[in-house]
Amino acid sequence: MSCSTCQGITANDPRFAQLDAMMEGIKGESGALISVLHKAQQLFGYLPEEVQEHVAESMQIPTSEVYGVVTFYNLFSTEPMGQFPVNVCLGTACYVRGADRVLARLKSELGIELGEVTADGLFSLESCRCIGACSLAPVITIGDEVHGKVTEHDVPRLVAQARQMAAAAQNGAQVATVGAGSDVA
Amino acid sequence: MIPAPALKRLESPADLELLRAQGAPALALRQAEAAPLGEAGEIHVLVCGDTGCRANKCLPTRQALEQSVATHGLAGRVKVVQVGCFGFCRVGPVVVVEPGGTFYCEVRPKDVPEIVLEHIMGGRPVKRLLYAPTPNERGQYETRQHIPFYQRQYRSVLRNCGLIDPENVVEAVGSGRYFALAKALTELTPDQVVDELKQSGLRGRGGAGFPTGKKWEMAKATPGDVKYVICNADEGDPGAFMDRSVLEGDPHAVLEAMTIAGYAIGAQQGYIYVRAEYPLAVQRLQLAIAQARSLGLLGSDILGTGFSFDLDIRLGAGAFVCGEETALIESIEGKRGQPRTKPPFPSTAGLWDKPTLNNNVETYANVGDIILKGADWYRSVGTEKSPGTKVFALAGQIVNTGLVEVPMGTPLREIIFGMGGGVPKGKAFKAAQIGGPSGGCIPTHLLDTPVEFDSLPPLGAMMGSGGLIVMDETSCMVDVAKYFLKFIQDESCGKCPPCRIGTKRMLEILERITQGKGTLADIDDLERLSRGIRAGSLCGLGNSAPNPVLSTLRYFRDEYVAHVVEHRCPAGRCTALTEYRIDPLRCKGCAVCARNCPVDAISGEVKSPFHIDPALCIKCGACSDVCKFDAVIH
Amino acid sequence: MINLTIDRRPVSVEPGTTVLEAARTLGVHIPTLCFLKEINQIGACRMCLVEVKGLRGLQTSCTLPCTEGMAVLTNTAAVRETRALTLELLLSDHDMSCPTCLRADNCELLKLAQGAGVAEIHFQGAKHTGTVDFSSPSLSVNPAKCILCQRCVAVCKGVQGVSAIGLINRGFESRISPFFEATLDATACTLCGQCTLACPTGALTEHDDTAEVWAALLDPTKHVVVQTAPAIRVSIGELFGEKPGTVSTGQLVTGLRRLGFDRVFDTNFTADVTIMEEASELVERLKTGGPLPLITSCSPGWVKYAEHYYPEMLAHLSTCKSPQQMFGALAKTYYAAKAGIDPASIVVVSIMPCTAKKFEAARPEMNASGYRDVDYVLTTRELGRQLLQAGIDLTELPGAEYDAPLGISTGAGAIFGVTGGVMEAAVRTVATWLDGADLARLEFVEVRGLEGVREATVTIAGTDFKLAVATGLAGARRLLDRIAAGEATYHFVEIMGCPGGCIGGGGQPIPKGGYDSLPSLRQARSKAIYSIDEAAVLRRSHENPGVAELYREFLGEPLGERSHHLLHTAYTVRTPAGVRRG
Repeated sequence: MSCSTCQGITANDPRFAQLDAMMEGIKGESGALISVLHKAQQLFGYLPEEVQEHVAESMQIPTSEVYGVVTFYNLFSTEPMGQFPVNVCLGTACYVRGADRVLARLKSELGIELGEVTADGLFSLESCRCIGACSLAPVITIGDEVHGKVTEHDVPRLVAQARQMAAAAQNGAQVATVGAGSDVA
Repeated sequence: MIPAPALKRLESPADLELLRAQGAPALALRQAEAAPLGEAGEIHVLVCGDTGCRANKCLPTRQALEQSVATHGLAGRVKVVQVGCFGFCRVGPVVVVEPGGTFYCEVRPKDVPEIVLEHIMGGRPVKRLLYAPTPNERGQYETRQHIPFYQRQYRSVLRNCGLIDPENVVEAVGSGRYFALAKALTELTPDQVVDELKQSGLRGRGGAGFPTGKKWEMAKATPGDVKYVICNADEGDPGAFMDRSVLEGDPHAVLEAMTIAGYAIGAQQGYIYVRAEYPLAVQRLQLAIAQARSLGLLGSDILGTGFSFDLDIRLGAGAFVCGEETALIESIEGKRGQPRTKPPFPSTAGLWDKPTLNNNVETYANVGDIILKGADWYRSVGTEKSPGTKVFALAGQIVNTGLVEVPMGTPLREIIFGMGGGVPKGKAFKAAQIGGPSGGCIPTHLLDTPVEFDSLPPLGAMMGSGGLIVMDETSCMVDVAKYFLKFIQDESCGKCPPCRIGTKRMLEILERITQGKGTLADIDDLERLSRGIRAGSLCGLGNSAPNPVLSTLRYFRDEYVAHVVEHRCPAGRCTALTEYRIDPLRCKGCAVCARNCPVDAISGEVKSPFHIDPALCIKCGACSDVCKFDAVIH
Repeated sequence: MINLTIDRRPVSVEPGTTVLEAARTLGVHIPTLCFLKEINQIGACRMCLVEVKGLRGLQTSCTLPCTEGMAVLTNTAAVRETRALTLELLLSDHDMSCPTCLRADNCELLKLAQGAGVAEIHFQGAKHTGTVDFSSPSLSVNPAKCILCQRCVAVCKGVQGVSAIGLINRGFESRISPFFEATLDATACTLCGQCTLACPTGALTEHDDTAEVWAALLDPTKHVVVQTAPAIRVSIGELFGEKPGTVSTGQLVTGLRRLGFDRVFDTNFTADVTIMEEASELVERLKTGGPLPLITSCSPGWVKYAEHYYPEMLAHLSTCKSPQQMFGALAKTYYAAKAGIDPASIVVVSIMPCTAKKFEAARPEMNASGYRDVDYVLTTRELGRQLLQAGIDLTELPGAEYDAPLGISTGAGAIFGVTGGVMEAAVRTVATWLDGADLARLEFVEVRGLEGVREATVTIAGTDFKLAVATGLAGARRLLDRIAAGEATYHFVEIMGCPGGCIGGGGQPIPKGGYDSLPSLRQARSKAIYSIDEAAVLRRSHENPGVAELYREFLGEPLGERSHHLLHTAYTVRTPAGVRRG
């Protein structure tokens, strides 16, 4: 995962070349805009102004329209995300099984509101409408890891695990998968 | 991901038959009745591996199985196969040993050595890992056929889920995939394909149940050199995940059906619009498309018949409204997913203004077997007006969460209590929410309603995509209505004022009511807004946005009135109207509540009744959850 | 023909006719709000709902094509109730400072709500808000008055090809906004103001400068002179109930005098000066082969567009300032000296059909006189308001003549107000110069018309001159892309930023019949402009005696040293670069 918050994005950022390679051949195909934005977000972690401008210019789509598309879809972010984006599923199944309480606990545990990033840049908090793992409701994802049957009481432990993982990664240590097999009781 | 094997292009239906011969033995083994345990024969160990199971940590189980099989030198004889969803997600990770179909539940890596040593090598099933609804029923339910969750199902759309390796096209062909395509291309005219579909009575599984054959006929009838076929895999209804399971468990079923559709209506290009929230489904679709292309099942001159058709994936980006077909089309065009007015319908002017056919995943998953086995076969299941089966996702306050596939017309009671096992923890059933944010709540007294397309709308609900969320006595129906309105508000595209502003006003009223600040006039306003939003909104999302409010008002009006008149939430869910206190007669003074209170609002002496300070209490309910003596009252 | 019934009355229409249009032929006026014919047919506002037998739910008549045997009902209880509720909802989310709103007397939302019988706004709740964007000198944007009809977006993109603004966010948070919620001054917006004509409410308006002008008029130390653009005299009457196309030149002059302007001059005078310079520049470029085609530069919206979107074409633009700016520069030099007035005390006010002119006057290089050449620019609409504030009804006024010397003009100056006019005026002069007064034609009707792009070839002195005229920036883009691609070559090109030229400018009266009535308004105003030309005694710019005097006494020769300093300019490549598509 790349962290774009630490350094600004300059015009000769190598990720632009990667993005250009992806856009090669589809320039002028306005239907490809959403795919291009997915790629750009994957490369940069989010879609800052300069990246959207670059996409607009390459695809020959007005910046106002690119921005309109970016702000329409939930998965696109114009703000940097945390190293571990925390996503709380607020689908119906999760809601009736207490996802709102899990979310409340996450907010207090992380000290941030939805759409915000913790001061250390580790976590950002988002909600989503359904990831389709309704049988395991309530479900949250931390980074790429999906956790099922989460209660508010599990929250401190899951957050601590992610912190440990981040610390371990910082030390260059071999990192085990977060809570493999241990968090579904 | 398993790399696409070097697949030789199939030049004719005969080549397809040869490929089936390669895949068929594995499937025969997995479907065999007899259980030659402990013999020298081949054994397949099936492990579920879709998104739900992965959240259930099935991967370490699979890795342990593979490792154990290798350690014991069984690699030649025992194959560990990752399959799609078994449907019984509650007991996942599931491991099935074939032949014989021994069904193991909640298998963790630590359980794996026992399965390998005892069952695979010793021929003795591991009883403690078999399904058991109660501890003293251990050992009675050895295979799926024995388990009530499966007994009443009719698995047609899901027949390959939990059977084949979705990443192995040879197994898909072995199971019969692409033979309907071969039949259509070589034996049927496009008209005959459409006619078969019309005869079958198949109706769209994504929402209102529009007759699929009629849709195909309209797209076919519109003249045009360029037409498109779209698969709506933007499974939007929260609580519904059958489309994801089909894509992850049997992706070729969708590819085949779309190609048949291309042939029938005269299209050369298709798009699968899939949610980006489903990365595994996307991955498996990409692999399946690559495999189908190298086999010549997609691309030019399919099976040597001269027919050409190709598919691309388009990713959604998180917008519920894109499940609406015209919004989906806008999104494929790279725009904001805002619905267009209809008419013109997509069958006349859809993607890039060309005639476009759009069906959802489950609908397509029915097509192959209809073409192969005929309309009469299809009509033999289900009801007169709603033939075939329907997959339901069971979620919420229900014991057996998971996916079930039943004949249309099966009563709700059977689904929820028969297969679903009813409501957990001895709580009382209150309502089943069906049809997602556009649907409605079905109360207890209507549970015997047979579920089909036309039986639900008179009750104020709709089939939708088949999400079935069970609510028990702890759910407040005003809160549920508020939840859905909040959802709709978040997902409204904003194009038309009734939906953009109207649902906001409804949400504001519901917020007032759940805070005890509502009035009876607010309830009248809700009804007036509902009428206007339903009549005035541009698309289906807005038209049906008031449904959760109307249906809860219809069956649970007393709960609204209690909030408004008595400032009371009967279910105790609405925090503003709830006060937590400890019953001194029940409290044993164990202090568990105090330890779990996040704000230190509970105090007391051990072994004497504790006390909650209402000024500090944030009404999170943690104390109530942990109290073993039901001493916390709210 | 397709036969259907509307409200049980039969009607036959051409295939492709919408139910809305068919109803209008029967005198049934279904209300609309977001609808702009062929520009914005998105069915968003839900005003035009009708019931159609056999179709489920209410249908938007603006998008619904008539079909054979269709039975439409436009006035049912469901239609009325739904429309009233939708309006009530719109009002519940609207900044209702109606009495102080610039659009109070022609707000479409207000009119619709009254017509639909919305008696009470029942729902109190959150309203969408936003800061008013005053960043540009031309336009003011108030998001709280926006009803998201998207007409501005459609006009900006479809009519002008600019796409400076778009719809952002989703649901209740939806807004019309530039890229990254920038203020307008930071965008490639050309400030043409077509959006202000399209906006049904007060969300998009001209930047109001009337207070500053009142202050100048009341300041006894100031000598306030006013210039009126060619297109004002054929449109201002509409604000006072005159028929479109009424020529109100004399009343306009009287009205301005009564407001207290010390001198009432005419931009038509400097239009003639512009021709002297620009025709000379054309002849010069033809001689030296220097960048051709020569493209006109009178329209500030077009100039800003070129600076953002076609930087590589800037060398083709005539270096001539627009008549407005030539006027300002001459007023504070030539006129000041001639009248013996300290230029520091002169305030130049322009009455323009154009919002971009406010930006042009504020460009930092526009100070050739040593002062800001044009101090204030009022649009037609703002002048209308000032007259109203002063209790002046233009229609009751006697006529009067412009003041000399900057009020003398020819028919050639007059036709600057309409697309093709600058070209025709220039060609009239060039033809006379090259063919001689006896042989040269006077009228070049082949360059007239209101279509977006027009071409003509005229023969002067035995040589074929290839001409092209574009009007509206989408038309300009079509033409420029062909030139850039080498698909067409011209000697001389005229481009006007607004459809129809200045008669259709973004500062003109809000069309009473809505944006869709603009084509007929432009037609009427165009006719009026040509009638002024026809009635003129002098119809070629170089025949203007005032202009001759100016060159004799002050400027010397066209393209001379003083002209160069006062009347010519240079262009700037501007960021952000515009995307030429979409």
